[in-house]
Amino acid sequence: MTVTQSEAVEERATGTTKYVGQSVDRLDGPAKTTGKARFSAEFPYPGLTYAAVVHATISRGRITAIDTAEAKAVRGVVDVLTHENTPPMKPVPKGIPTSMNAVFSAMLSGTSVNYLATDEVHWNGQPVAVVVAETPETARYAASLVRLTYRELPATLDFAAEEPKAEPQKGGLMGGASTDKGDAPAALAAAAHSVDLAFSTPPHNHNALEPHATTAVWDGDRLTVHDSTQGISGLRKHLSQRFGLPEKRIRVLAQYVGGGFGGKGSFWAGTLLAVLAARATGRPVRLSLTREGVYHTVGGRTPSTQRVALGAGADGRLTALLHTSVSRLGQVGGMPENITGSSRHLYACDNIQLRQSVVRLDLLSNTFMRAPGESIGSFAMESAVDELACELGMDPIELRARNEPERDPVGGKQFSNRRLVEAYRVGAEMFGWRERDARPGAMRDGRWLVGMGVATAYHPQMLMPANATVRIDAAGKVVVQCGLHEIGVGAATAQAQIAADELGVPLGSVRVEHGDSDLPQAPFAGGSVQTASAAAAVVAACAKLKRTLLGLARRSAASPLRGRRLEELEVRDGGLYHGGRGQTYAEILAGAGRGHAEAVIKANMLGFVAKTVRDTRRYVKAASGAQFCEVRVDPDTFEVRVSRWLGVFDVGTVINTRTAESQLRGGIVMGIGMALSEQTLIDGRDGRIMNPSLSEYHVPVHADIPRIDLHCLNEPDPISPLGVVGVGEVSITGAAAAVANAVRHATGKRVVDLPITLDKLL
Amino acid sequence: MKSFAYVKATNVEDAVRAITAEPGAKFLGGGTNLVDLMREGIERPDTVVDVTGLPLNTVEELPGGGLRIGALVRNSALAADRRVRTRYPMLSQALLSGASAQLRNMATVGGNLLQRTRCPYFYDGTSACNKREPGSGCDALDGFNRGGAILGVSDSCIATHPSDMCVALAALDAEVEVRGLDGTRRVPLADLHALPGDTPEIETTLAPGELITAVELPPAPVAANSRYRKVRDRASYAFALVSVAAALEVREGTVSQVRLALGGVAPKPWRAREAERILLNGPADEAAFRRAAEAELATATVRQGNAFKPGLAKATIVATLRELSRELSTEGAGR
Repeated sequence: MTVTQSEAVEERATGTTKYVGQSVDRLDGPAKTTGKARFSAEFPYPGLTYAAVVHATISRGRITAIDTAEAKAVRGVVDVLTHENTPPMKPVPKGIPTSMNAVFSAMLSGTSVNYLATDEVHWNGQPVAVVVAETPETARYAASLVRLTYRELPATLDFAAEEPKAEPQKGGLMGGASTDKGDAPAALAAAAHSVDLAFSTPPHNHNALEPHATTAVWDGDRLTVHDSTQGISGLRKHLSQRFGLPEKRIRVLAQYVGGGFGGKGSFWAGTLLAVLAARATGRPVRLSLTREGVYHTVGGRTPSTQRVALGAGADGRLTALLHTSVSRLGQVGGMPENITGSSRHLYACDNIQLRQSVVRLDLLSNTFMRAPGESIGSFAMESAVDELACELGMDPIELRARNEPERDPVGGKQFSNRRLVEAYRVGAEMFGWRERDARPGAMRDGRWLVGMGVATAYHPQMLMPANATVRIDAAGKVVVQCGLHEIGVGAATAQAQIAADELGVPLGSVRVEHGDSDLPQAPFAGGSVQTASAAAAVVAACAKLKRTLLGLARRSAASPLRGRRLEELEVRDGGLYHGGRGQTYAEILAGAGRGHAEAVIKANMLGFVAKTVRDTRRYVKAASGAQFCEVRVDPDTFEVRVSRWLGVFDVGTVINTRTAESQLRGGIVMGIGMALSEQTLIDGRDGRIMNPSLSEYHVPVHADIPRIDLHCLNEPDPISPLGVVGVGEVSITGAAAAVANAVRHATGKRVVDLPITLDKLL
Repeated sequence: MKSFAYVKATNVEDAVRAITAEPGAKFLGGGTNLVDLMREGIERPDTVVDVTGLPLNTVEELPGGGLRIGALVRNSALAADRRVRTRYPMLSQALLSGASAQLRNMATVGGNLLQRTRCPYFYDGTSACNKREPGSGCDALDGFNRGGAILGVSDSCIATHPSDMCVALAALDAEVEVRGLDGTRRVPLADLHALPGDTPEIETTLAPGELITAVELPPAPVAANSRYRKVRDRASYAFALVSVAAALEVREGTVSQVRLALGGVAPKPWRAREAERILLNGPADEAAFRRAAEAELATATVRQGNAFKPGLAKATIVATLRELSRELSTEGAGR
């Protein structure tokens, strides 16, 4: 059944559920709008100093001399740290790991470089010195006075030039690197209709509004770090390994983070250098990267080249599907992207061949950026499907419907939830797809050419183990403790809604403590895992707490709950009820002479892994959706402007319609940027990033974004906690293809190289 | 940023004296460009002479319907001035297409005239740039030059002048009033900016220490039918790939007056005199617009990244003139 969100809310409002599924104001809103919310660069400490990074200006080589005299002479400079004078960190583990922590530490280390412990330079922009001073202005000025001399070595920098030499990618954490089913090349050669297209996508950077910032304070052998991170517990493990300190002596805090998009998911130079500088100087250190500093020290999205070839019969049924990709890693790290990953799951086809290759360049490691793999992979695949529809003279929605698989096309597993055909049907109705004249250039609005395009969104769902503690006091106030990350998505608000419903208490009486490594550990805010993973722990903790409270009540002879089992009870009005009779939690606690009750849930790792393996063997689980885009194209200058957008998504249960829509909308905005304007310019001659600023790296501005309509099918996923499927990434997938397909419709031109700038249409 | 002395000037004479006495001094207006460049270490003044307190922030009538614009009038105030909007709509449109609302609220007319290129190799201190460091070379020639110039360029520099306002001023025959130690002089806007030649570090014909005090717009009835068309990579907050400031008067199907200037294509605001010559006294039709555009761009020199610009410039010129001529015929029919 399809329900719009407003209907869903009404339906739930009449039942026992009160907050889940509603549009709830984010609990962090007042603190943020009044400036009370503190971010990592805003914590004052007595004696605080400020650090600035000196970046290498060559791509590969060795430092032969480093002259810090002039910098040190600046009044207010505390110290200038270089590889010549800084006690080193422990290196990033490599080779055979000795512990799980070592594995984890290496995996999430942005690069393998041991900063300030080596004279080697591995990329243009690598930190080679840090100035610590009494004011940020002094630190930055002094940093400009550090003089470096290098012996340069030849560097490999140009992705386009190296791409033909790519080597096959090894399978990894993010999925297998190649897939074969049937004989796709032969089927392609024999196909009645086919398309065979080569695509390219440029490097991208995250551009979170808050540049990375760290405040690091040592107190003897205790370390406190405020860091703009998407993973506090992982960072604590990493710092423990790098600084040789037990985890229990390290506290990582990140109550608020100003956006991440994956850029704050690994651990990068700025964080480590702040901690190192604080240890070396014996003073608290704040290191806020400049925007340029973020570009030079935090990896971005890999560029790619891709080929998609599709063969089909006259009925549109696919007979061959080939998708190959080349992406880039750094010599000192990087994550191979699973670019063809979602092409395993989208279309029924007997002959499928997927291949992924990589090149290694002397550039900063790439890293995850919103829907790594799927975001750029879906641009190529969904553009090719649209081109096949043009080739066949078939409506692109109809073509997709004809190729909708009943089971996963490669492995034959069940889909836990699959409503793509429905998403397209609902979307077509809402968007007015019937009014589309399929002939290119046939639709006009005044002088503008009008085009309409669609594309499929798809993002696999994962879960991670999470811990939570829920406590209720004698006044009925509830505290949920969970080391979540509030990176701007309303994560804490969602868990507050869940806890309020599970306990039957008003939302206003629930407080969520998050962003502190002293709290029960939660997963990192990435891979769209956070809300569903934490929900499992919060629901379990609430259930345990209710059992504890019921146990207390049943000990009292006077309690109307005496003899009752939890399953028979209703949770409402701040207590437990059977029919009209029951007790509030406050009454139960008072009756038992207790000030509070508490339930602690610790993830059972073995059980979690066993369930994950079981589910993964049986099911393919994902968020998915249908993207509808309308563009206007100027017939003289070929400027492209997006004029309408609709996204219809299947993301399971929606906890908070407002914050979920905000995330979905944000992904679409980022997808529009990817389609039309975003591109990191890396000079192939010297590896220099030439547009490290929000002025020259063109993220969309308000004037580029039309009204974005959203619709969630809102059917719980049968095997996810509360039926929740993550909403963080799915909406960027397919978005760039929807734009490209709309441009194809408006102009008759298929642009295969992102971004779709006007020179590619002239 | 390097430390610097800050002086707030209270009158024009003091400002000029203060800057002449100090070779490493710079005038500070709205600061929207200078402060950026100081942060990047590209400008490193020892002294900053703040001129925003000088009484140069009014727009005044000139005899015959012209306007005198004080050098410290903010971009947003000038764009909103009713006289500018009715007499010189292209100027108002050009101002509003530049930067962001916040920047326009700060930026002054004098500062806008003197803003420096956004060529990425000029901004990146480690790159070769003859403008920033004479004799070091030009990394833009074979680098990212999508924004690079195609007219008036040299082998030592292909940087574009980034201003939108200046393109409209070039089309309007504006004059710039300049005060130096020796008194006041007037410079036609067309002669204010220098082409790079072998000395791209010399960007204007101003003498050291001279202060821009005003811009004068002569009366130009043709400008009442004018527009500024800016083509860029996103809808706002981006520099022009190509822009066109155009004004047109047509009598009995013949072009009786025309003004045309281009932005985003040259190291200075580019008055399209060749195109104007071809258009004047000729037919106001698509073919004539196309011929004029072709002639103006005939001398274009392109590099790999900006090879699309001549075509885009021609298309934008034709489209802008077509719109203006259509508006005229609609108005005529309405009368």
